[in-house]
Amino acid sequence: MEQTTEYAPVFTGDNRKRLDEVLARYPAKRAGLLAALWMVQEQHGWVSDEAMAETADVLGLTPSYIKGVVTFYTMYHQHPVGKTFVQVCTTTPCNICGAEEVVEAFLEHTGCGDLGATSPDGKFTVIEVECLGACGFATPVMMNEDVIENVTPEKVPDLVKQYS
Amino acid sequence: MGYPHKPHEKETVILSEYFGDAEARSYDGWVKRGGYKALKASLEMQPAEVVEIVKSSGLRGRGGAGFPTGVKWSFMPKEKSKPHYLCCNADEAEPGTFKDREIMRWTPHALIEGCAIAQYAIQAEITYIYIRGEFTEPLRIMQAALDDAYGNGVLGDNAMGSGRRLDMYIHRGAGAYICGEETALMNSIEGQRGNPRIRPPFPAASGVFGMPTTINNVETLAAVPHIINRGPEWYKSLSLNNEKSCGTKLFSVSGHVQRPGNYEVTMGFPLGELINDLCGGMRQGRTLKACIPGGSSVPILNREETESCLLDYEGCVEMGTMLGSGGVIVFDDSADMVYQTMRLARFYAHESCAQCTQCREGTGWTVRILERILAGQGEPKDLDLLLDLADQMTGKTICVLSDSCAAVVISTIKRFRNEFEAYMAGTREPGVVAAGVG
Ligand SMILES: Cc1cc2nc3c(=O)[nH]c(=O)nc-3n(C[C@H](O)[C@H](O)[C@H](O)COP(=O)(O)O)c2cc1C
Ligand code: SF4
Ligand code: FES
Repeated sequence: MEQTTEYAPVFTGDNRKRLDEVLARYPAKRAGLLAALWMVQEQHGWVSDEAMAETADVLGLTPSYIKGVVTFYTMYHQHPVGKTFVQVCTTTPCNICGAEEVVEAFLEHTGCGDLGATSPDGKFTVIEVECLGACGFATPVMMNEDVIENVTPEKVPDLVKQYS
Repeated sequence: MGYPHKPHEKETVILSEYFGDAEARSYDGWVKRGGYKALKASLEMQPAEVVEIVKSSGLRGRGGAGFPTGVKWSFMPKEKSKPHYLCCNADEAEPGTFKDREIMRWTPHALIEGCAIAQYAIQAEITYIYIRGEFTEPLRIMQAALDDAYGNGVLGDNAMGSGRRLDMYIHRGAGAYICGEETALMNSIEGQRGNPRIRPPFPAASGVFGMPTTINNVETLAAVPHIINRGPEWYKSLSLNNEKSCGTKLFSVSGHVQRPGNYEVTMGFPLGELINDLCGGMRQGRTLKACIPGGSSVPILNREETESCLLDYEGCVEMGTMLGSGGVIVFDDSADMVYQTMRLARFYAHESCAQCTQCREGTGWTVRILERILAGQGEPKDLDLLLDLADQMTGKTICVLSDSCAAVVISTIKRFRNEFEAYMAGTREPGVVAAGVG
């Protein structure tokens, strides 16, 4: 990814205050890392090398330590993703209720084509995820921060329109 | 009520009484429904008395292992020389399980009250509620309830005027099933990769930040206020099969039933009745084939076993499985057991933290061999290979994720060997197996 604009720091002003509030909850600064990374992702949409360097600086850690943590947790994006990030659960309880057909419908209607790819208009990225903890509402789909229950292939076109 | 359905007459509705009742989410609404009386009463007792009550109630951990809760609390040092911590495990990610989500969505104050009582009993100043990153709505509701509880003086430096400090914070996860394992969860709170730790030391001696720590599941903690309010004898008497298993339990039912959802029944309730009466039985024109009664990590049951299994710790063991987290996954005759075994193995391969060779390599190999069988290229010796691999993956690793993957493979081959053999014999056409269509 080419960096066209200058990196905008995350931990200034209100964000810095928010981070300090979080850090006060723990006896060690490092414990604020997951929350800090959530703040980074909220502002930039993903966690870039520059963001890792800034976070390292603020928490007194090394960038390589931060990278080790970022790569461990699947919800931190290591690349920019579409405006709406779609996660369809395909683990067994949802799988036996037709989750893979829901994935197909999303790939088709968003124009993403492949799992993990971003649609040409930049609006969507679709991935399969493991259990979302909503197995009785098959198929649950996360669209950014929203969990939508009981999604069937028939409902996908409307959802895509709604989040476009 | 059994969310999202109206309660069934065979349910024993205690934890789920206010599921679906949005007013119960607010502090005022909760107090109107009898909330925070148990905390008040607890704060007037000695911490050790609270531990004794929970011990004698027979409550056992609802996170999967079924360890007696009061006994766990009693492992904490009595003489305080260091800070103590309580961790509430709200990482709920075991396939088939979605009960803690409903407790947090509908009755956040029940969890806060349970945490506060436990926290007082083990003499901890701070509780961390570890909520999985995907639970955005439960997180919002819990945060609002915490703010409300602080605003009303329930929490803080002088909790309910007791002079005790009870602080409670949410720690948001970021996508990793393994963080539900108790020591991985502690590492994750500390801002590290969620790798399970080698034990000993056990958390009660050295847990989060190296301090004495107790960790309990959401459902376990939510049961505590009821025990304080109504007494340990009452709780103990809720038992249909074996006196070692008591109380009520939320069962999350998913898969091929008419009415999936959460159902609360007394320990020892028959699994067959749960599926046929409460959940309305199988989908139109279909028959029951198999059931995993305790979340994906416990052995699968065939139809006959499912119909005679009693839902408590002992009843499940009698059938060769475990109660686990109470995630009941139901399969009808359309399910392809070979494909679903592969799909579950893929879950474990994806979620392995990769510290232990047996787990990292074993889960990956299991998936590859199953994929080969599904592609019509399996050989008769592959089943022995899978079983041998499963044996190597059992009892040898830092945590039991590896054992869980092995249990899935062993139990499915044992009960549905003919389906694997059909793939090998070429009587099942490779490649046509779409999800759930056998
Ligand atoms: C791989 C793995 C995942 C686990 N996931 C969870 C979980 O999501 N929620 C939970 O409460 N317990 C989970 N557990 C069990 C916890 O380690 C621990 O036993 C439990 O939180 C203790 O609480 P309890 O005594 O109240 O059941 C998991 C265990 C393992 C090995
Ligand atoms: S068994 Fe698997 S998940 Fe558990 S510690 Fe070892 S590698 Fe990690
Ligand atoms: S398996 Fe799909 S949400 Fe749990």
